[in-house]
Amino acid sequence: MGLYDIMFYYLASVAVITALLAVSRANPVHAVVFLVPCFFHVAGIFVLLGAEFLAAIQILVPAGALMILYLFVVFLFNVSEVKGQRITHRKSFLAGIVAMLLIFLLIVLSIQSLFPGPFEELIATNIGIDNTAAVGGSLFTKYLFPFELASLVLLVVMFGAMVLARREEE
Amino acid sequence: MITLSHYLVLSAILFTIGVTGVLMRKNVIIILLSIELMLTAVNINFIAFSHYMQNPDGQVFVFFVMTIAAAEATLGLAIIVALFRNLETVNVDEINQMKG
Repeated sequence: MGLYDIMFYYLASVAVITALLAVSRANPVHAVVFLVPCFFHVAGIFVLLGAEFLAAIQILVPAGALMILYLFVVFLFNVSEVKGQRITHRKSFLAGIVAMLLIFLLIVLSIQSLFPGPFEELIATNIGIDNTAAVGGSLFTKYLFPFELASLVLLVVMFGAMVLARREEE
Repeated sequence: MITLSHYLVLSAILFTIGVTGVLMRKNVIIILLSIELMLTAVNINFIAFSHYMQNPDGQVFVFFVMTIAAAEATLGLAIIVALFRNLETVNVDEINQMKG
């Protein structure tokens, strides 16, 4: 077992454990704080896959900016739940059965190589040139229009959030 | 030797944790966090395929997914702010004013 394998199993196990802790905490502050190490370890997985640029973005945007935003909202309203109250729905065992079926199906599909191509033989190598240069080249030539559209989406969302969260003037 | 299947299984586990959170939890903030987790699981799939196919286009799609994730979280939190101001609750069981 090489260093790559050890790193993969470490990052994957910590990501899964912190994700489980995040969705099972009663207090939303704990849930948000557990999701931060989860996203950091997912960024580590991205580095293992040779995507350093997206690993940096993963730390900056989902693990940094978004979690801060969630924490602000949680702190703003003091929404921590009353002790002893159920945190799940009454019929949540049905949801559990659905989730078990889903994970069974997904893992069976993932283990069987249903996808054509020489995936298993390819050794882990980077995509030729520098990863950031490759992503940037693709982003600003082939995907220039979707990139501009994404900036428009962000502008609309900024105005939308301001309108939604604004206090009505009497 | 870590193959593509390892990454797909990891992504499947994280995605299912997210689905379970959305289906089972009552707190609307945790539901939004679970959606965030599902989007991250999808990003692992995109980058794993991009890596094993030696094609950087998959990583560009992850970039767009992250943009949409940020937009979704911002709008979702704005809706929660408006909801909490009107109803004083974040419990989805109590948000049933539209129910006939």
